[in-house]
Order: sequence, then structure tokens, then C-alpha cells
Amino acid sequence: MALADFKDTSQELHRFHGRLAVAGVVIFVCFGLLFARFTWLQVVQHKYYQTKAEDNRISVVPVTPSRGLILDRNGVVLARNYSAYTLEIYPQRVASLEATINALAEMIEIQPKDRARFRKLRQELKGAESIPIKTRLSDEEVARFSANAFRFPGVEIKARLYRQYPMGEVASHVIGYIGRINDADLVRLEEEGELRNYKGTDNIGRIGIEASYERDLHGTTGSAQVEIDAGGRGVRTLSSTAPVPGKNLTLTLDIRLQAVAEQAFGKFRGALVAIDPATGGVLALVSRPGYDPNLFVDGIDPVNWEALNTDPAKPLNNRALTGAYPPGSTIKPFYALMALELGKRTPEYTINDPGFFTLPGVSRPFRDWKVGGHGAVNMHKSIVVSCDTYYYGIAQDTDIDAVAGFMAGFGFGSSTGLDIKGESKGVLPSRAWKKARFSKPEHQRWYVGDSISVGIGQGYSLATPLQLAFSTAILANDGVVFKPHIVKHVDDVATGERRVIGAEPARTLKLSRRNVDMVKAALVDVTRPGGTAAKAFAGAEYSSGGKTGTAQVIGMKAGEKYDASKIEERFRDHALYIAFAPADKPTIALGILVENGGGGGSTAAPIARTVFDYFLLGKVPATMPSLDPDAAEGD
Amino acid sequence: MIGAATAGYPLERIWQRLAGNIDWTLLLIALTILALGTITLYSASYENPARLQAQMVNVAVAFGVMWVAAQVPPQMLMRLAVPIYLVGVALLVGVALAGEVVNGARRWLHVGVVRFQPSEMMKIAMPLMLAWFFHRYEATLKLREFVASGVILMVPAFLIARQPDLGTALLVTSAGFYVIFLAGLSWRLILPVAIAGITAIGLLVFFEKQICQPEVSWPGFRTYQKNRVCTLLDPTTDPLGKGFHIIQSTIAVGSGGVTGKGWLEGTQTHLEFIPERSTDFIFAVYSEEFGLIGNGVLLVLYLLLLGRGLYIAAGAATFFSRLLAGALTLNIFTYAFVNMGMVSGILPVVGVPLPMVSYGGTALVTIFLSIGILMSIHRHRKLVQT
Repeated sequence: MALADFKDTSQELHRFHGRLAVAGVVIFVCFGLLFARFTWLQVVQHKYYQTKAEDNRISVVPVTPSRGLILDRNGVVLARNYSAYTLEIYPQRVASLEATINALAEMIEIQPKDRARFRKLRQELKGAESIPIKTRLSDEEVARFSANAFRFPGVEIKARLYRQYPMGEVASHVIGYIGRINDADLVRLEEEGELRNYKGTDNIGRIGIEASYERDLHGTTGSAQVEIDAGGRGVRTLSSTAPVPGKNLTLTLDIRLQAVAEQAFGKFRGALVAIDPATGGVLALVSRPGYDPNLFVDGIDPVNWEALNTDPAKPLNNRALTGAYPPGSTIKPFYALMALELGKRTPEYTINDPGFFTLPGVSRPFRDWKVGGHGAVNMHKSIVVSCDTYYYGIAQDTDIDAVAGFMAGFGFGSSTGLDIKGESKGVLPSRAWKKARFSKPEHQRWYVGDSISVGIGQGYSLATPLQLAFSTAILANDGVVFKPHIVKHVDDVATGERRVIGAEPARTLKLSRRNVDMVKAALVDVTRPGGTAAKAFAGAEYSSGGKTGTAQVIGMKAGEKYDASKIEERFRDHALYIAFAPADKPTIALGILVENGGGGGSTAAPIARTVFDYFLLGKVPATMPSLDPDAAEGD
Repeated sequence: MIGAATAGYPLERIWQRLAGNIDWTLLLIALTILALGTITLYSASYENPARLQAQMVNVAVAFGVMWVAAQVPPQMLMRLAVPIYLVGVALLVGVALAGEVVNGARRWLHVGVVRFQPSEMMKIAMPLMLAWFFHRYEATLKLREFVASGVILMVPAFLIARQPDLGTALLVTSAGFYVIFLAGLSWRLILPVAIAGITAIGLLVFFEKQICQPEVSWPGFRTYQKNRVCTLLDPTTDPLGKGFHIIQSTIAVGSGGVTGKGWLEGTQTHLEFIPERSTDFIFAVYSEEFGLIGNGVLLVLYLLLLGRGLYIAAGAATFFSRLLAGALTLNIFTYAFVNMGMVSGILPVVGVPLPMVSYGGTALVTIFLSIGILMSIHRHRKLVQT
């Protein structure tokens, strides 16, 4: 029994030891498996995982450059940057946007327009990581949020550089504005290969100089290698490449002249362009009404956006560049010069103006603006009194394609090449133009009657105020053409390099000096007693040349008499005036258009007078506002 | 000198009483692992130094428990086995009826001011009970006894699994299974189960794409349990959610390389990419900072510990002691293997701490309780024979 017991026990112990041995083998196998796995990860795939760990750890953060400044010709700041805090939401990291914004509103004043803008930006910027809910936080608001930041994952305060336009409305159409980069911009930047350079940049030039000089203004984005933790927070900077700040632009524009010119429009809508004929530099470029470009910085709120867009005065239209108007009588000096150059007329050629012009085979007469006519009119007088009948004759005698060829030399019918985008070409009528414009064969044909209307700047003719100023500048400069430009030089702050814009003449028109002098002399007499602009320039201490113009907005029926007082304002004639001064050695050439202003001599010429008085004599109108950029509010 | 000698005599006796039951080999190995664990915890809890102090308190408590356990003779444990088991089962039933729900699982029970998980207690109670059972029916070990032992095993395992806490249920089951296995369950029963299990895992890996579709539900599994397995099979399917743990811990291990990044130099650790880095995922910290060499050292240390445990089991006096010692040792192996396998991405994420390294009082006390029992068994290895 004892033996059996012992046998049993030893057999059992033997089996137990066997089981322990099996367990030991299993332990060895399992640990071997682990060691094989460690070897696989830590030796074979080490490089791969090391890279992964580095990718985890290191984030390349773009360092955005500061945007270049825009200064006027005298160094007055027109666009600059300032640093401020924004409250931004990362929609991906927030469970409920509505609840988050409501909770934020308990601490920080969030107005309905802030919410509306947030919604608008969220629509437009689908690719953006964070969207501002409130911009330009006060120090107190920053402190209040920071204390509660833990309650708001996915909401962060960011320090951003803001664009500021201290002049407000003044020169808004020239400077333009920047806006949040949207999805369409991203696509375009990608096509241009610029996307990398815009990493970290929120805004891009939308319009005006801000848009056309975007490349210079933006600068080159730098980068910093930052060690980050799992929450994406930066721990320390490992290395960095400094950004290259954007280049500063100095304009040919004189902001004081600009302000004087804008002021001179009063309540009228319209446009004015002032060019230095000797350089092509734009001294002033007005489009009235204007708008406050500061509204657009960091995204305009829908209320203001709606207001600007539905305003019947269309303040967002840059009339100086995009408005195409019939040039009216302002075309006459160019017709006169053309007739002389092409040998169609001599200065002495005289007509007897009965007050209308008839074309053989056309029953309806073409009327002169003066009922009863101007009597005996030579070329000089035709300009001074703006005799229509004289130009009907020139138009009849000159083939329209020859007209188009001559006028093209003065910049009509094509972009002037100004360094602000979005110019309209206007219309320089010709046979080819009409053929392309209309589809039916009977509409495509050119009639002599068409030429007659074009002869006084009506009919198919359209020109922009910029083209008016440009052509006047060419004439004032005796045919030497300088491409208009508004930026004088571009300065690289980092290297001190300066790029000067448009210093060389683009081309020179072949014109007889005598003919040019004849026309210019007549233009000077326009401002003198007996001329159509005599009243506006009465008592001027300088001599200037000019030409009034009136462009019909609606066609008058035969026999109908134009009576401004009986016509609704928006159907009233546009008033035009082109001018240059001083007459002997012009330093400024103007193109002015006043929408529904009535007569060129009564409405447009006085604006030229104000501008010249300031530019040549330094006379500041009594009602001029202060233009100290530092007096502007930081808003 | 004479004074010292006379004074030394009683001191020596006191020392003898205190340390007489301590197995120094076992303690030395455990202390080495604990030291490695502590320096790793220091690195892992840099942002929370209080954690290290708390762990030191845990270590002190665990040592006390170990010492007490080492004083308790195996016969005493044998007498306690049934009551402990029954209390454990009763508490599990209590949890099922009135337990507190934390994170969607009913695991906790409030006893006065203390809140604890009765399932933890089962990790020791189960081998204790089964060892007692087989010892009791040692003479007549037949299929009937094995079936009965299966019931003893399955009742608490089932109660734990439906909390639901699949991880602990598996650990308790494995602890019980080790006893049954060591008691001599026929290979004819073990092998088919083992083969079926391996085949099942093979099929799972092979058909991962089909069965892990969100609309496919697995009978008997909760969604999060299914997700854990699926995430393990392909962590990249959910890199920011469920797969984040595995991906980041694997990166930590892999980027450690052969020599490691150095103590306190682990970027994955110190930039907070490793979740649970002082508890369940502390091995990722260790592995990142000490590399393959460190891992080798730790594996060898565990092997020494397990070897010593199996040696004690082999030499234990009674069937009860042998089974208990063997099962407790294999239990430690399970913890170590499952944890390191989980962190290195070859086993699913189950909440198992790394023995003597992970932060946490319960786990540490459980391990040192096991070591204390092993010491006691070793001390009493010859008592029955004499």
C-alpha cells in the first residue's frame, strides 16, 4: 500500500514535472516570439519607425512674412500692418459649433454680424483649418478667454498681422484691399506654383494695387522646424528660416491731390484720372463713390457686403478703369489733329454752320448742340466753341478705318497697360469691330451715318476716363507716349534694391509739331473767354488747355429738345472734361467724367480747376479733411 | 566586541524570524525588475512626479503583503481556499446585481468607503480553489473531477465576462486552466482545444477584411471587444481612434532601435504620443528608451523569475503547493507576455499591466502576494516528508 502510494506519488510527480517542462517550453517559445517581434521592430524596421517618430515630433511651421507697405509719392502711408489677436475656431475639432459660439458669447461680445461673417467664411473657406469668429480682441477679452481656454478645445487665440488702410475711403479704388484666401485662390496659387509660399498666409490682394502687386507685397514665407507634442502644441523651435518681408511700394500718386480731386466731385458719381505726361505716372485716380477698404480686411461681414453690392451708386465699381462712356466732344481735338495729319483739312478750312448737317440720301439731319449754329467756323473755333457740324464733315470725309488707325495711337480701343488690373478697353469703332460685334449681315455693315455719330464721340464710341487722361497726356506731351503706371518704385527692404517702374517712353507718335501746336493752342483758348470752359477757368493764374464734352445717356428723338430739368437724374447727360496744365510745359493731364453731371463746362471743368489750383498753386479747398494717417483710428 | 556579540545574538534571532521565510533569489530578481520599472516610471510620469511617490507607497504595501504571505504555511492557505473562493463568487454576484458602472462596464463594488473590483481577487482565488480541489480529490482524479473543476472555473469567469471584462475573464480562466493543466488533464482534451484555438486565430487574420466591416456583428462579443481585435489586425484603419494606442506604441518600440534613445530621451514618451504610458503601455516607454538590449535584459529577468517559480513548484511538498506554485508562476508569465505582446502589436489591447513595472497598487500587490506564497511554499517544501 505504502509502496503503491509511493509509486503513485512518484508517477504523479513525474507527470507534474512533465507538465512543468511543457509549460517551460511554452514560456520559451512565447518569449522567443516576443524577442523576434522586438528584433523585427527595432532592427529590421527601425529606420521606418524612427522616421515615423520624427514625423510625429517635428512639424514644419510656416513663418509668414509681413506684407509690404504702400506709400504715396511723398511717403504718406496708404496701407500698413498692425498686430492683433483673433479668436479662431477649428471646426473639425469642435463637436457643436453653435454651442461653442454661444458659450464664447457669454464671455466675449459676439455680434450677429460676427456670426454671419463666420458662416460666410465657413462656406467660402472649406479648405481652411481655422476660421475667425471674432477679430481684433481687446486685451481684456484675450485675458478672459485665456483663463477659460481649457473649456474650449478647438478654439484658439491667434496673433495676426492685420492690414490697415489709414486713408479710409480716399484712394480706395487705387489701393484696393486684401481678403481671405478662398478655395478658388488656392486652385490658382497651385497652378502658379505659389501655394507653398502661401502656407500660413490668410489673406491675398483682391483688387487694386493690393492685387496687381501681390507678388511683390507678399514676400517669401519662412519656416520653422518646431518640436510638437501629441496635442500639436509647440514645445521648442529646432531651426528656422526667416521670412523675407514683402516689398514696399511707392506710388506716383499724390494722396493730397487725390483727396482734393475726390472732394471736388461733391455728391456726384464719376471718375478722374490725372497723369504726369512726362512720365506716365498717375497722380490721382478717382472713382466716386468710394468705399472703406478696411471693411474687407479678414473677411467682410454680410451686412456691409450686401449694402455695398445693392447700392445703386455702385461704389465697388472702379469707374476710372472699367467705366466705358461715350467720349463726346472730348474726341474733337483728336479728330482735328487727325484731319490735319491725314490732309483732310487745313487749319484755315472754314464752314458755315447752319446748326445741322445733312448727309446725301439721309433725310434726318445731324444736329449741332447749338440751335441755329455757330456761323463761320474754322478749325480753331470748332474746338473753342465745340462745333459739332465741323466734325460731322471731317467724319464724312475720313474713312472709319483710317480714324480707328489714328485714334489707336492715342490709346483708344485698347488697354493702356496701367498697373492695376481690370481695365476696360472701351470701343474704338471700325468695320472689323462692327463685323465682330454683330451677328446679322445687315447689322455688320458699316454706314457713313455710323461715322458721323462717331465724329462727335457718340454712336459706338466708348472710352474709359483713364483712356481720356492717357490720350490727353500723349497730346500734351507732343506724341511721346509713356505707359501709365501708378507704382513709382518697388523697394526690397531686405536688400535695399529698388525697381523703378516705367521710366522709358513706350513709343513716339509721328506727328507734325505745327499741327499739335495748333490743336493745343485751340485747347488753351477753350479756357479763355469765348471758350466752353471759360467760366470754370476765369481768373486762373496759369494757362491750361482743355476740352469739354457732354455724352448723351439716352437718344433724343428727332425734334425733341433736351431739357435737363425735365429729365430724371439718371438719364441726364454725362459731363466730361479733358485738360492739361501748364499749357507750355504740361506737368499734369486730366480725364474727368461726371455721371449725369449735365454739361462738361459747368460740372466737369470746375473739378479740373480745383485740381489744377491745388497741383500748380497749392491752393487747398476750405472743406478739405485732414489726411494724417496717424490720426486714423486703428479700426 | 564582546558586547557587540552578546547584543548581536538576539538581533540575529530577530533577523532570523523576520527573514527566515524569505527566498532571496526570488526577491533579488523581483527587486531588479522593480528597479527597472521604477526608473521607467520616473521617465513616464515626468509631468506627474506624485505618481512615483504613490508607487513607492504601493511598493511598501506590496512588500508587507509579500512578507505576510511568506509567513503563512501552505496548509493554512489550503484551509482558506474554499472560503476565499466562495466570498469571491458572492461578491461577483453582488457586482452583477448592484455594481457600479464605470466606462460602460459593471465592475466595481462599493464596500463601505472602499471601491474595488472583485474580479481582481479571483486572479489568486481561482488557482487557490482549484489547487485545493485537485489536492482534495488527488486519489480519484477522473474525468468527473475535471468536469467539476471546469464548473468551478467557468462560474466566476462567466460572471466576469458579462460585466463585461473580457481581459480579466481570460486571465482568470487562464489561471484556472494552468492548475487543470498541471493537474494532468489529458492531452486528448487539451490538444483539440489548442488546435481549434490556433485555427480560429489563423482564420481571423485571414478573413480580417470581411469580418471587420462595421455592419458585421460577432455573436457573443460587444462592439468594443470586436473593435479591439479588428484594430489589432489592422491598426491603420483607425489611426486617430482605436488604433492610436497600437500605432504609437509600435512606433515607440521600433524607433528605440538596438540601444534605445536613452533614459528620459524618448520623444514618443515625452511628447505625450504614448497613451497610458505609466500604466498598461509603460513597456513602450521602456522599449523606446532602452531599445532591444533593454528588452532582452527584461525578458531574461522575467525568465529567471519564472524559472525560479517553476523550480519552486517542482520541489514543492504537496500536490496543492505544486499546483498553486506552478499556476501562480504561469500567471506572472501570462501578464508579462500579454502586456509586451500588446504593446508591440501582436496581441489585442487588453488591460493587463506589466508585472512590477506598470504603475498601480492592485497589480503590484497581487504579484507580490504570489511571490510571497511562492516563498512560503519553498520554505515548507520538506515539512510533509519529515
